[in-house]
Amino acid sequence: MPAHSLSKRRRKVLPGFGLSLGYTILYLSLIVLLPLSAAFIETAEMGIVGFWQAVTRPRVLAALRLSFGLSLIAAAINAVAGLLVAWVLSRYEFPGKKIVDAAIDLPFALPTAVAGIALTAVYAPQGWLGAPLGELGIKVAFAPPGILIALMFVGLPFAVRTVQPVMENLDSELEEAAAMLGATRLTTFRRVVLPVLLPSVLTGFAMSFARGVGEYGSVVFISGNMPMKTEIAPLLIVTQLEQYDFHAATAIAVVMLLLSFAILFVINMLQAWNSRRTGQSRA
Amino acid sequence: MPNVPPKLLSPGFSRAMRDPSWARWLLCALALLFLALLLLVPLLAVFAEAMRKGAGAFIESFANADARRAIYLTLLVAGISVPLNLVFGLAASWAVTKHDFPGKSLLVTLIDLPFSVSPVVSGLILVLVFGAHGWFGHYFSSIGVQVIFAVPGIVLATVFVTFPFVAREIIPAMEACGRDEEQAAVMLGANWWQILRHITLPNVRWALLYGVLLCNARAMGEFGAVSVVSGHIRGETNTVPLHVEILYNEYNFVAAFAMASLLAVLALITLVAKTALEWRIQHIEKQVVTERTRHRDPA
Repeated sequence: MPAHSLSKRRRKVLPGFGLSLGYTILYLSLIVLLPLSAAFIETAEMGIVGFWQAVTRPRVLAALRLSFGLSLIAAAINAVAGLLVAWVLSRYEFPGKKIVDAAIDLPFALPTAVAGIALTAVYAPQGWLGAPLGELGIKVAFAPPGILIALMFVGLPFAVRTVQPVMENLDSELEEAAAMLGATRLTTFRRVVLPVLLPSVLTGFAMSFARGVGEYGSVVFISGNMPMKTEIAPLLIVTQLEQYDFHAATAIAVVMLLLSFAILFVINMLQAWNSRRTGQSRA
Repeated sequence: MPNVPPKLLSPGFSRAMRDPSWARWLLCALALLFLALLLLVPLLAVFAEAMRKGAGAFIESFANADARRAIYLTLLVAGISVPLNLVFGLAASWAVTKHDFPGKSLLVTLIDLPFSVSPVVSGLILVLVFGAHGWFGHYFSSIGVQVIFAVPGIVLATVFVTFPFVAREIIPAMEACGRDEEQAAVMLGANWWQILRHITLPNVRWALLYGVLLCNARAMGEFGAVSVVSGHIRGETNTVPLHVEILYNEYNFVAAFAMASLLAVLALITLVAKTALEWRIQHIEKQVVTERTRHRDPA
């Protein structure tokens, strides 16, 4: 039997291809692709001028600036903190380490509304941490720092969980070689360890940023929601929708969708870079 | 080798990777302090605020009809959305891992898409399609079905945001199992259902459970997307997270945090089960690896 017909038969040997693929594509189209396309078609109806006017109003620009700016800061803090936490969890032994490791995923598991009211209670002027900070003259809840803390909370697991596996699989020979050649620990970290970790740190940063820009539940309670000051972009979408201004709401949504697709693309590039650099593929 | 200090010759976890003890202490303390402030303090606050006026007030929060309706609705919505996404996850992973076709990686990327969409945007696009002024709004109202501001909309929003959860856990697990066992079963005359039941599903059962667990946690806790499509009709279209918001905005803090503590307990159970499953999956992976090396190298 010629080789190509053998491979053809082998490929067809498992049943259910048509049914499973057909169902997958149908369900995906109905639940995800059809509604997503609605946002873009609705925007196309507005025309490029209408779209531009909708997203350049001062209130919209202020909300987008606040959402993007604070998400960038939160992601940057998370990238550093995530590196620290991943380092401690993969290198050191201490009592209760397993519990700490499991607790990293709390922001994934805790519903955002619960995180929102809990953070507000803690950082409100009479709260456990809000009161001492208030005496120092720092207002956290109902001000931008409160939003920042909520965004750090929801983004932290991404920053830790992308770096941690890479660090655990780090080849110890590299560090041994560096030490043999007389490098100090700090130099080894800076010149040997950090370059290997860099793609995963950046991936965690991008994921944390993407999550922060779209975050709603944990932020609305602590932010105070004042237009032009502490109003985030997702909240502005909700406000416009409640006033039945579908065009304005959709225009902001499309800006956010385009941004998340761009980040998704960057994350894919980073992960390809990461698997090239560490020589292992990640699912 | 007299020139090499003897400490560098030690095997295993080498001295070269050991940091000075002051650095270890400092880094550990910093990391733990950061995690305590960011994660532990808010979690404790949920329970402290719920119990602020004593256990009596806490229990009373669950006694009224609106609270019970919210709990019922949350269970109902999760009970519909999770099985839907489970069936989808199985179909998608079967198609993607047991067959070859062009555009496969595009399909996998599209499955993950809802992860990168803001919850509020997810709700909004459903309003654009199913709302009163939406594409299919007229059709559904003409057959007497209200989607937006009603339970079907809440289910749709939940299905959307939890869409990739089961699929993305099963796909890598099924991929790792390969196709040999299924192909052997086909040769021996098994039909599709028999292959699924006796080979494929048992092989991926822990990954499947893991996906269902995460899917369920998100389905029960979803706030943003559900908030946009629910209409916030008290006692009718309020899930537990939405009820928390209503109570909180009415300054009924004890009741709000009591409902929230319910969700926090769910989150803690999810974390414990997740950790146990991860341990289980790693354990099985190790077994598979040792078995494979034994088969390859019969000593």
